[in-house]
Amino acid sequence: MAKPSKKKVFGLLAEYETPREIFAACEKVRDAGYQKWDSYTPFPVHNLDKAMGLKPSMLGWLVFVCGISGASGGMLLQWWTSTIEYPIIIAAKPYFSYQAFVPVTFELGILLASFAAVFGMLAFNRLPQWYHSCFNSERFARVTDDKFFICIESTDPKYSPEKTRSLLEGTGAAHIEEVED
Amino acid sequence: MAAFDELDPLTGRKVLVENFQTFHEVTETVAAPIEIPSGRWWAFFLASLMLLGLLGVSLGWLFWEGIGIWGLNNPVDWGWAIVNFVFWVGIGHAGTLISAVLFLFRQKWRTSINRAAEAMTIFAVICALLFPTVHAGRPWVLYWALPIPNQMGMWPNFRSPLLWDVFAVSTYFTVSLMFWYVGLIPDLATMRDRAKTKARRIAYGIFSLGWRGSTRHWQHYEKAYLILAGLATPLVLSVHTIVSFDFAVSQLPGWHTTIFPPYFVAGAIFSGFGMVLTLMIPLRVWFKLENFITIKHLENMAKIILVTGTMVGYAYGMEFFIAWYSGNAYESFAFANRAFGDYWWAYWTMISCNVISPQLFWFKAVRRSPLALFIISIFVNIGMWFERFVITVTSLHHDFLPSSWDYYSPTLWDVTTLLGSFGLFFTLFCLFCRYLPVIAIAEVKSVMPQADPHYDPKGDHHG
Repeated sequence: MAKPSKKKVFGLLAEYETPREIFAACEKVRDAGYQKWDSYTPFPVHNLDKAMGLKPSMLGWLVFVCGISGASGGMLLQWWTSTIEYPIIIAAKPYFSYQAFVPVTFELGILLASFAAVFGMLAFNRLPQWYHSCFNSERFARVTDDKFFICIESTDPKYSPEKTRSLLEGTGAAHIEEVED
Repeated sequence: MAAFDELDPLTGRKVLVENFQTFHEVTETVAAPIEIPSGRWWAFFLASLMLLGLLGVSLGWLFWEGIGIWGLNNPVDWGWAIVNFVFWVGIGHAGTLISAVLFLFRQKWRTSINRAAEAMTIFAVICALLFPTVHAGRPWVLYWALPIPNQMGMWPNFRSPLLWDVFAVSTYFTVSLMFWYVGLIPDLATMRDRAKTKARRIAYGIFSLGWRGSTRHWQHYEKAYLILAGLATPLVLSVHTIVSFDFAVSQLPGWHTTIFPPYFVAGAIFSGFGMVLTLMIPLRVWFKLENFITIKHLENMAKIILVTGTMVGYAYGMEFFIAWYSGNAYESFAFANRAFGDYWWAYWTMISCNVISPQLFWFKAVRRSPLALFIISIFVNIGMWFERFVITVTSLHHDFLPSSWDYYSPTLWDVTTLLGSFGLFFTLFCLFCRYLPVIAIAEVKSVMPQADPHYDPKGDHHG
C-alpha cells in the first residue's frame, strides 16, 4: 500500500470473534438505523436475520407457483398427447386415464419446484457474483472459516467515516478497516 | 472413545462434535486431507479405475454384440441389469433420507454424514441409470422415452410404469444433484479462501459462485435448503414406490402385490444405510474424522438399519401369509417356489443377510463396534442385492406356462458389468474424497454449542 489509493471507499468492515458478539453488534447497528449494511458469517447464525431486522425470505411463494405450474403442465402434457395429439387405446383404458398420469404429474411438480428453489435462491442473492468489495480485505478470507464481519456501506445515508467507526468500536469489534470499492 | 458421551452445555444432549473443537479446527480437520495427496488414496483410486476399465470393456462388447452376451433367456428377460438397477437406486435412498428426512426431523447429527451420503446417492443413481440405458439394447434412441416432438408424431406411453421410472429417476438425480451442490456452495467458498495454489483458487472460486457468507444470502439459502428438503422427502418415497410399480403393476405372481411400494422403500433405506456404513467406517479413520463421525453416529445408523431391516423382514413374512391367505394357486406356488424351488439358495442368502444379521444390532456392544458394523454392513449390501435377484428371477423363471419354464444363470459379462459398476461408483467416490470436503463444514459448525448466539464461554450457560 505504498501509493495512496484513488479508489472509492466501499464501507467499514468490522471483525468479531464469536456469534454472540456479532449478534449483539447487529442489533446495535440495526437500532442505529442503518439500511445499506450486511453481516458475514461462516455458517448461518441462528436468528441473525432478525437481529439485523431483515424481512423473511419470499422464496417459498416462488417455489409454490413453479411447483403448481410443473404439476399442471405435466398433467396437461399427458392429457393433450393422449387425447388430442395422438389418441390411441392402450390396454382398454380411456384416453384420459388420469390415475395413470399421477406419477409423471407429481415428478414434474417436484422438478420445477426444485429448480425454482435453487435458481430462485441464486437470483434473490444475485449469485454468481465473483467480485465483491469485501474480498479486497485480506482478513475477510476468514469469513468462511471462523471470523464474523459487519460491513456498513458508504452509500448508506447515515454513513459517516467517524460516526460509523465509533459505532462499530462501541460494539466491541476486534478489528475495523476501510474496504475499497 | 470417551467413557461417557460429552454433553452440550446448552441443550444437555450429547455433543455432535467431540473433544471441543474450535471453528478453525473444524475447517482444518475437514479441509486438510483433500489438500494433501496420499498414497492410500492413489491405491484405491487406481483399483477403482481398473474396475471402471472393466465396465468399459463389458459395455464395449455389449454394444458390439448385443444383449445376447448376457444370460437372459425367454421367460427371464429381465436379469442382472434390472437387479443392478434396483440395487443401485436403493443405495441412493439413504443419502436422501439423511439429507432431507432427517433434516426435516431436526436430527442435527446428520450434519456429519450428509455430504458423503448425498455424494453416494448421486454416484449410485448414475450407476443405476446406466443399466436400463444399456439394457434398452439401442441406447442411442433412448430419447424416445422423453416427450419430445418428433418426425414420427409419436409420444411416450404415459400409462407405463417404465416411463414413470424415467421421470422419477431422472427427477431424483437432478434434485439430488442440486441439493448436494447447494449444500456445497459455502464449503467451496471455504476451500477457495484457504487455497494455496492459483488453480485451486480459480476452480473452487468458480464453483463457489462468489459466496461470501452474507446473512442476507444465508436467509434465502436456508429457506431454499428447507424447501429442497421438503421436496426431496416425498420425492425419495415416490422414486422407490415407482420402481416397485415396475413389478407390482404387472400381472405376474410374486410381483403383483400392493405391499411392494412400502416394502421397496424400507428395503432401499436399509440397503443405503448399509452402504453408508461401508463407506464411512474406513473414511472416518483414514481422514481422521472420529470427532465428527462419532461412535454415536454409527450407533444411530445401526438403529435405522435395525428398524428398516425388521420392516423388510415383516414384508417377507407378510408376502407369504397373503400368498397363502389369498387362496390363489399361482400366488402360493410363486412363493413356495421362491423359498424351496431352484433358487432356494438365493432366497435363504437374502433372509440370512437382511433379516437375521441386523438383529445383532439389538446389542449395544455390536452397535458401537466399528468392526462389527462394517462386517454387518457388507452382509446388508449382499442381502439387498440378492433380494432384487430373488424378486426378479424367481417370479420370471417359472411363469404361468410350465413348458416355457427355464433356469437362468448369468454369464461372465453379467458379472463383469456389475463389478464394473462398482468401479464407476468407487472412482466417482474417490474423486469426491479427493477434491471436495467430505463433511459439510458450515453445517457442522452451526450445530456446535459455541455457534449458538446465547453461548457464553465464561457464563453459566443459562443466560
